[in-house]
Amino acid sequence: MSTPDYRLSQLETLEAESIHVVREVAAELERPVLLFSGGKDSIVMLELARKAFAPARIPFPVMHVDTGLNFPDVLEFRDKRVAELGVQLIVASVPDAMAKGLVKEEPNGSRNRIQTPVLLDAVEEHGFTALFGGARRDEDKARAKERVFSFRDEFGQWDPKNQRPELWDLYNGRIHLGESIRVFPLSNWTELDIWQYIARERIAIPPLYLAEEREVVERQGMLYAVNEFIRPREDEQPFRAMVRYRTVGDANLTAAVRSEATTVEEVIAEVAVTRMTERGATRGDDKVSDAAMEDRKKEGYF
Amino acid sequence: MASHTDTAAQPGSHPVDVHSPVAEHAVELATARKDILRIATAGSVDDGKSTLIGRLLYDSKAIFEDQYEAVARASKGSFVDLALLTDGLRAEREQGITIDVAYRYFATPRRTFILADTPGHVQYTRNMVTGASTADLAIVLVDARKGMVEQSRRHAFLASLLRVPHLVVAVNKMDLVDWSEEVFEGIRDEFSAFAAKLAVPDLTVIPISALHGDNVVTHSPNTPWYEGATLIHHLEHVHVASDRNLTDARFPVQYVIRPQSDAFHDYRGYAGTVASGVLRPGDEVQVLPSGLTTTIAGIDGPRGPVEEAFPPMAVTVRLTDDLDVSRGDLICRPENAPTATQDLDALVCWMADEPLRPRQRIAVKHTTRTVRAMVKDLAYRLDVNTLHRDVEATELGLNDIGRVRLRATQPLFVDDYTRNRATGRFILVDEATNATVGAGMLTPAG
Repeated sequence: MSTPDYRLSQLETLEAESIHVVREVAAELERPVLLFSGGKDSIVMLELARKAFAPARIPFPVMHVDTGLNFPDVLEFRDKRVAELGVQLIVASVPDAMAKGLVKEEPNGSRNRIQTPVLLDAVEEHGFTALFGGARRDEDKARAKERVFSFRDEFGQWDPKNQRPELWDLYNGRIHLGESIRVFPLSNWTELDIWQYIARERIAIPPLYLAEEREVVERQGMLYAVNEFIRPREDEQPFRAMVRYRTVGDANLTAAVRSEATTVEEVIAEVAVTRMTERGATRGDDKVSDAAMEDRKKEGYF
Repeated sequence: MASHTDTAAQPGSHPVDVHSPVAEHAVELATARKDILRIATAGSVDDGKSTLIGRLLYDSKAIFEDQYEAVARASKGSFVDLALLTDGLRAEREQGITIDVAYRYFATPRRTFILADTPGHVQYTRNMVTGASTADLAIVLVDARKGMVEQSRRHAFLASLLRVPHLVVAVNKMDLVDWSEEVFEGIRDEFSAFAAKLAVPDLTVIPISALHGDNVVTHSPNTPWYEGATLIHHLEHVHVASDRNLTDARFPVQYVIRPQSDAFHDYRGYAGTVASGVLRPGDEVQVLPSGLTTTIAGIDGPRGPVEEAFPPMAVTVRLTDDLDVSRGDLICRPENAPTATQDLDALVCWMADEPLRPRQRIAVKHTTRTVRAMVKDLAYRLDVNTLHRDVEATELGLNDIGRVRLRATQPLFVDDYTRNRATGRFILVDEATNATVGAGMLTPAG
């Protein structure tokens, strides 16, 4: 493509910046791993990793922290994508850790918090020194203050008051034994950027993100699609509605939204006019408190 | 405890009509080809910086309803305190302070903006240098009632030190000085005189009220005497294309790509980000430090081969000859090479509690090359308020800036920071703690 004024569009600029970050990690840190959930952000991150090393293979494995509460669509998508790219998939299993008595189910049914020790154990077991995460700074107040290279101590903890200054594109990935770096190549992307990139690059996504008539129940003002984890309760009347998912989390807690967006282009239209944050709208597990993310990150969450 | 309002998720609410004229318009605005402007803001505690940022986010519709409602609930008083939109961590709310650089995102039909919001008080130098390092434009806020204060000078100086090409002085709280043209002109003239002493290539001064929105997005009826652009208009139209160095081809090799697969048996590519200049297939190039010359066989971008590569593209360069090239090497044009030197003269901003002292050993990361170095000499420490050079200084403390000479164990391929922001910069890393302890901008020797 010819660009006479030598300017990149915002998507091309973000893409270049992310590829730079991914390559820098591969060059400077010994054992990186990319956290891949099958959600849209991690799909874009994996695609950027592919581009960073093409035509060679991605030189590190991907890891899924499996809560055991997955949408089958998403697992299928995960396995297909991993096979296409020829990368190694490591599954860190929350149910396995529960069976071994390492973590306990929380009363509210959310496994969001107990993912953290499972993740940290897997990191230690495999000796990973860098973990790529798909977090964006526009998602959350705590994320807005986090570096692209986020230093973590041996417990995976983030200390917001003691972050390394991050200047220009000169990233400092130096660590001592046991410490690690969380790397967020999508830091500067917004939700709309992600969707536009998916459209522009024709990146495959799980069908859950697109509207379809699904059987749903209403629960605390939210719509939940009936699946193996969500069974209608006695007082609930399931009904059919056009819905889609804006985020893909645990199948027992992630709500759907009414939507007519059956294509990625229509999703972009929806996102462009919707004035709700995606997490606020659909993630039951983030509703606990304003500072929920700050607390979880300090404990070593993604 | 905050509860979000989930109107979009409520069963009774209507889904977004993705085929409506509103949606079409939104898509048009959202998907128009835009570029990115990176902004750094600086201001003192009470000059309304948070309010201004809240205003920019709110007026450009980067704020979602639930965020706005959370802020409205938290506001004390009769109006919504937009400053709360940018208050991040609970720790900060409790202490009423801003801990660190926060990044904000907003967009207009013409541009998308990445704003590095830096606190003006504690750790100001470290944070502002960090925020300004990537900025195309810096906004310095001045309280119209107080005029230029020490911090305003300091912020302008740091922006010029980091070579931020465009500086905007937003004279805020104009409503509190009765929209006085005289007050505004006084501040404008004083700032212009000060900026002339610094290397500020482009200065714009705008009278605003962040609280009420005057001259932020729309022209204010309160300032009929002001004929310049609104803040947003200026941010949308400021010309940044010529800020980059497109003259000196510099390509630091970041990673060597060798698929070693059947399909790409002989592929050997040098991946990296173009630091400056333009590279094209067929160009004769030199590889440093070996000095060997060859030609560019091809350049692969994220979507396949490209005819040109320019900053900040991330590409993979293939060479016609099979040379030994590795990370940390630099590809340039034979007749236009950077200086290869072990002696680094630089203005250093020190960011650690433990001071920088002569004879200290330290790691230098410059482009993709990391070397060890020794601090040979501290020529002077700069007072960022008066610009006075203290040649008697024996060390640089936290947030000090000084002129330092380093001697590296290996040559680096450098340009002056004033000519090339990409190859004239480095960070300093403490090899014992692994902390990033300083930022350096190379200056001509002598």
